[in-house]
Amino acid sequence: VNEAVRADSMKNDIIVYGAVLAIAGLQILLAYAGGTFGHHVIEMLGLATVQAALGILFCMHLFREKKLLVLTLILSPLLMLLLMNAFWTDSFRIIQMRPWAN
Amino acid sequence: LEDTLAQADIIVGDEEHYERSPLAIPSKKLAMWLFIIADTITFGAFFVGYGFLRNASTNWPTPFLFSPSIINVMLMTFILATSGLAMSLAERKSRAGDKLATLKWTFLTVSLGLVFAVLHTREWFGLMHEGMTISHNPWGSGLFGATFFSITGLHLMHVIGGAIALSVVALGYRRGRYNSTDVEIWTLYWHFVELVWMFVVPMIYLMNIKR
Repeated sequence: VNEAVRADSMKNDIIVYGAVLAIAGLQILLAYAGGTFGHHVIEMLGLATVQAALGILFCMHLFREKKLLVLTLILSPLLMLLLMNAFWTDSFRIIQMRPWAN
Repeated sequence: LEDTLAQADIIVGDEEHYERSPLAIPSKKLAMWLFIIADTITFGAFFVGYGFLRNASTNWPTPFLFSPSIINVMLMTFILATSGLAMSLAERKSRAGDKLATLKWTFLTVSLGLVFAVLHTREWFGLMHEGMTISHNPWGSGLFGATFFSITGLHLMHVIGGAIALSVVALGYRRGRYNSTDVEIWTLYWHFVELVWMFVVPMIYLMNIKR
């Protein structure tokens, strides 16, 4: 890893630290603001994903690694997490107490 | 040598017989990344399970008041994020070869992690005192306790385990048993624990606030 990049890393860490805390504060404000439950879920998950992306790229320094590693590390869990969403339809079926076939 | 060269530049043995690492990172670091992927999927499964049950329940409780619950969560978030910054400083010091500073910053991280664990445990006991168990609570669906304690418990276990691992690595680094790569690897783990908390807060606490 390039030493010049390393020298700049603490500045990045402090900026990310501030951004993560600011986003956490924003989440609390949004939680008490009006809006539907679905709207809140999207807002919260979206902001948490931004926090995670900042942390992974800059605090865990993934942006410095080879593209092959970055793709491996991001795409494989992302695919698994997306596949888990197949269960949601059943969750809605339970609350309505009827199978989709009906 | 390991501290000054990228892994791709380190060839073990005869270059003709050993190919360069395609991912260009030390094996131990790759192992930690693979563990982080596996753990991400584990937490993902817990969150999907929680969302599934929350969505399918008509009487899901929303028990968290701004004071003390959300204030406590804000404090815990601040402590965990600060511990992540302290660990980044420890990693930086270990790369510079400053053993004493590495030890100092790592133990600040561990201390903050333990404060986080104490605050979390105190919150658990507060909820238990109000009648919440893993299968029952006075506010609504009993599944709330099961999901709350399992997700926050799994995270808490990671914090405590991480604090122990960081202590071992920091002391080992001071004695010369471990090198800066080991400190870097456990820094990755600690940041991962910090990032998981960033999902726990909105999904478990902020989506269940009492209005």
